[in-house]
Parts: sequence; C-alpha cells; structure tokens
Amino acid sequence: MTRRLMEGSEAIAEAALAAGCRFFAGYPMTPFTELLEHFAKRLPETGGVCVNAESELEAIGMAWGALATGARAATGSTGQGLALMQESLSEITRAELPLVVFHMARGQGDYYQATRGGGHGDYRHLVYAPIDVAEAVALTQLAFDRADRWRNPVSIYGDYLLAHVAESVSIERLDFGPLPAKDWAVDGSLGGSGRARIVNPLGMETGVKGIDPDAFWKRLQAKHDEMARREARFDAEATDGAELLVVAFGTLARFARYAVRELRREGARVGLFRPITLWPFPVEALRRAAAGARRVAVLEMNAGQMIDDVRLAVLGDAPVVPIGGISSDPAGFGIGPLLDAERVRERIEGALAVEAA
Amino acid sequence: MSGALRESRGTVRIAIERCKGCELCIPACPPRVLHMSEAHNARGVLYPELVPGCTGCGACLLVCPDFCFEVYRYENGMGAEAAP
Amino acid sequence: MRERQTGLEKPALQVGVDHDLCPGCGEPLALRMLLEAIEDVGCAQRAIGVVGIGCYTALAPLMDVDRIQALHGRAPSVATGAKRMRPDALLFTLQGDGDMVSEGLQEVIHTAARGEAITCVLLNNGVFGETGGHMTATTVLGQRTKNSLDGRDAAYHGHPILIGDLLAQLDGTAYAARASVHDAAGVAGAKRMLKRAFETQLRREGFSFVEILTMCPTGWFVGTAEGPGYLDRVLGSVHVTGELKREGRFVPTASLRARAAQPGGD
Repeated sequence: MTRRLMEGSEAIAEAALAAGCRFFAGYPMTPFTELLEHFAKRLPETGGVCVNAESELEAIGMAWGALATGARAATGSTGQGLALMQESLSEITRAELPLVVFHMARGQGDYYQATRGGGHGDYRHLVYAPIDVAEAVALTQLAFDRADRWRNPVSIYGDYLLAHVAESVSIERLDFGPLPAKDWAVDGSLGGSGRARIVNPLGMETGVKGIDPDAFWKRLQAKHDEMARREARFDAEATDGAELLVVAFGTLARFARYAVRELRREGARVGLFRPITLWPFPVEALRRAAAGARRVAVLEMNAGQMIDDVRLAVLGDAPVVPIGGISSDPAGFGIGPLLDAERVRERIEGALAVEAA
Repeated sequence: MSGALRESRGTVRIAIERCKGCELCIPACPPRVLHMSEAHNARGVLYPELVPGCTGCGACLLVCPDFCFEVYRYENGMGAEAAP
Repeated sequence: MRERQTGLEKPALQVGVDHDLCPGCGEPLALRMLLEAIEDVGCAQRAIGVVGIGCYTALAPLMDVDRIQALHGRAPSVATGAKRMRPDALLFTLQGDGDMVSEGLQEVIHTAARGEAITCVLLNNGVFGETGGHMTATTVLGQRTKNSLDGRDAAYHGHPILIGDLLAQLDGTAYAARASVHDAAGVAGAKRMLKRAFETQLRREGFSFVEILTMCPTGWFVGTAEGPGYLDRVLGSVHVTGELKREGRFVPTASLRARAAQPGGD
C-alpha cells in the first residue's frame, strides 16, 4: 500500500484488516464511531463481516462468538460503552479468547478502566497506548499477534485526537513469526468424537463433571504474570542525567515530547518517559529512568490515574508530582486546552522551577 | 399380581442405582407396568420395577431425567410371562 | 426370546449420564431430544451450541457437540458471531427463561429481527432454577416463587412475557414453536419441533425458535411426582403448546389457547 493521508480511525481499521481481522461488531459512540464506519465499509470488501450491534453488550458478544470459531475479531467503544462490556471483557479473558479492543477514549480519564478493568475477578489485558497514527498502525497489528500468542484480550487505548488526526501513513503487513494452531476453536467437526470442544470461562471439559476454579484461576494468574514479565514496552529519551523526568502516555505525550525537546535545546536537564504498554506498566524501565532524577512529573489529562503506577515504580526514590489534571472541551470529548504545546511547556517549566528553587 | 398371565411385547433395563426416585415413569407408562419398589437403592430412594405387560413403547425412557432406561422389543412379537 | 433394543440409554451425541440436576427436572428430557434432533438432521459434525447460564449449564459437559459457553442472557449475540464466521454450521442456543427472557430479552429479539439463521432453544420452567426458584419474565400470574411468595400479582409484579409471540411477529423469524415435556407425547413433540427448526435453519430461511416447557419441582415447591401436572396446568395453560410461526403464518398463543379450550380440542 502506498503512503497516503489517513485519519487515525481509517488507518487503525486498515491495520486491523492487514492483520487479518475478519469480524467486527460495534455500536456508534463518539469518538469510536468512525472506526465502526470504516469496518462496516471495508470488511465486506475483504470477505469479512461487520455487524452493527444493537448495544455494546451485543457487540462484544458477537465478537466472542466469532473468536470462538478461530477468527480474528475485534470490538471497541469509548469509555462509557466499554463500561457496559465489563462482564464480558472479564469472562472473555477467562475463556482465553484473543479479542482486540479498540478503546477510543474521551481523553485520558479511562486509564484506570483500561488497566485495572471494571469487570469482576482477577484478569489482565495487554494495553497499548499509541502516541500517533503511525504507531497506532504498528500497535494494532502487534495487538492481533499478541492476542493470539497469549490467548488473551489486547486493548488499543486511543482517543478523539488519534481518531481524527490525519497523518501520512503506509499500512504494511507486519509478520511477527509463527503462531500455534487454534485447535481449541469450535467448528462443529469434533461432534460425536467424545472430545467435542467447549470454549468456556470456567474450565469445563466434555465428559467431566464439575470444575476446579482454584486451579483454573491460578493458571490464568501465572499466564498474566508471564505476560507482565515479557510484554512491557516504553520509550524514553534524555533520561540519563535528567533532573526532571516527565512521564506521559498517548497523544498527550506527543506534546510533552515536543516541549521536552524544546526545553533541552535551551539547556534544561529534562527527560521524557513514555509507557507504551499501560499494562504491563514498564515498572523496571521507569525505575531505571528515574534513578538520579530529583523529581518525577506526571503529565496526564485526568484527576490522577497513571500517577499511581508511577509512584509504585519510583517507590520513593524521588518525589512524584502531578502536572496535568482534568482538561476538557465543552462536549466532554477530551480535546481539552492542555492539548497544546505552549501549555504543556508551561506545566513542565513549572516543575523545573520548583527544582531550581 | 393375581397370578394371571400378561403378555409382554417388550422389556426394559433400569439402572436402579442411578434412579433419584422422582416417579415420573410411573404415570407415563401406558400399560401401567412400572411400580415403585419397596426396597431402597444406595441413594436411599425407591426405584421403579417392571411387571409383565410391557409393550416396549419407550415412554418411560422419554420421561426419565436420569437416563435410567433401556427399552427392548421381543423379536417374535410377544411373550407370555407369569405374573409373580 | 430375542430382544431388539429400541430405546438407547442415551443419545449418541451424549457423553455420560451422570448429572446432579434435581429429581424430576425436565431439562434432561429436552437435552435428549435436542441431541437426537441434531443427529437426525445429519449435523453431528457441524453443530455448534451456545449455552447460557442456568441449571442446564451443568449439562453442557454431557453434550458431545462443539459448544461455546456464554454469559447469562448473552447466547444469541455469541451465536450470531459464530454463525457469521461459520455459516454452514448448525448454530443453536440453549437458554433458560431467566436467561433468555429476563436478562437477555434484547439479545434474542434483535437476533430474530436480524433474521440470523440460528435456532434459539428456550427451556422454560417459569423460574430461575439455579438460584433456588425466583420469578422470571415468564412466571405466570398466581405462581408462587421465592420472591413472589403470595403468587405473582399483576399490579405489583406485572405480567409474564410470551416471548414466542414477540419473536414470531418479526419478519426475520421463520419458525417458532412451543413444546412441553410433561408427558411422553410432549417430549416426542419437542423433538419434532426441534427438527423443523433445524431444517428451517439449514434451508437458510431465517431465525428459528423452539420453547420447551420443563418441570422444576424444586423451584415450584411441589413434589417431583406433581411436577408434570403442575407444568401442564399452571404453565401450560398460559404458555400453550403449538406452532406459533410456520411458512410465514403467525398463530398467536391466544389462538392456540382458544383452540385447546374447544370441545375435542387438543
């Protein structure tokens, strides 16, 4: 595919198709709607299916069924819609299905929802927070691979800005290496064999009475612990010798990066740490990046969510302060005044000034 | 039970140890040849017993929630059995 | 005397016979008919079942058919996704009345409206059996449950929903019927309806629905031997058995009830 200007929603949809996504179901809600529009148009053209679900609950249910047959499938919404899907998000994890979720948030206030989950029980999703459309294209394809590799849901944390900014991108199909066959998937063929498959979140097996949640949940926990050890991703720049370390994620980090580079050119000893996986949060990498810093400033557009994870990583080695905060537009879609290079620079300068004092 | 002869066109095998004593088979049997036992099985419930006159219709099998019945028809049409 | 076996202990598509459902429960009777119907229409190696949450969930491991376990009320959407990816498979759901008509009312209606070529099977005993016998959207007026101890009262609890009628009126529904397992004839009738529903699906005519009334003596506070009579009298007088939609023609439950009330009527 040649490079062309595409808004984020379209690019993400094309990346999903390049990854072999064959099924999508969704319910319109800002700023997720355009993603649904693109899938509705393009999936039938590629031999897949897009269903306009009558509710978010039904959307994730349909994706569940498609996944169970072995197809690559996805759903998504914004925070409010994902709130409706929580039971299914939790149980699909226990059913070990490779769901990809496009969480097009209204800003950064869904960090807790994305990383802690609002569903019941112990479960974890891999969560990628792209900084721009090009990274979203790469992470979308990675998401489908990791979902299959771990048999676990993976989320892309996007937002209004990501959905609507147009960037020049080229969608090249990425190859992440061979994956095991999906012999657990149901197609009807094992009926009557005595070993018919049952895709389920309880550990039920054909011909076996009863379940063992203790063993089942412990095995899942072990899998999630392994994912936590192996899947953390981050980006860090100028952290060696930095006196102030700024931590930011997603599209806001793009403004932070710009401001940090500008301040560095002016001689400030400021670095930037950007988690790319919100879960697993890159704890070790952040601890290393913060070593030697006099202060860690967390820039996020919410009342303080990622800052919990930053504090847990830094563990008192340096003071951790919030320099972001709630910042919204009149519609509440997350295009707040803080999404501005000048204002971000002012916040970072404020943290530097405290440093100098 | 009077000693009169009744013809059985079929018979059943009953997994009496699996029976939960629900008694649904009793009224379901058209010739009424199933009667609850007097002895208890290992679960502590009464279970059905067959007397002569079975037609092999399979109604008991259809209404048993615990899959306790196997139903058979006699090849040569009928057999006469003395009632106990 | 030589014997010929005419009734097998269990269907070929069943693995084992050991389950812990209550004595006198009607759900295993429906299970037998369901598994036999799948085999009778030649779909043993192309059937995918989506199981809801209720007492019958414990029967899922006994089914030697590829299955997906869904959440309470959510089997129709799961079945939709599966069928869209495997259009040649025989897709069915297995759900209780609490699951399908209380929690999942929206799902089954939308699925039928879309005309998804799947068969939704409702096991209706008028209660939430698994939680111990509580009122659902199909509980009939006057029926005593643990949260309607004086009997369902229209003024306080509202009226039962006859889901078959709602679904039958949708253009996407090609076949809808209601059976009852209170006696052997009813059990056999359930299988006939299931087969017709599956054949409707295989001919890609649209959505099909079979409701099977089952006994729940535990949830009804009656002895096991009284279960069938209670089912026929209390539930069966409201949720009347018969075919509600076939070949484009909708016959409302009220008509089935009137027909049944006529002298010589069934």
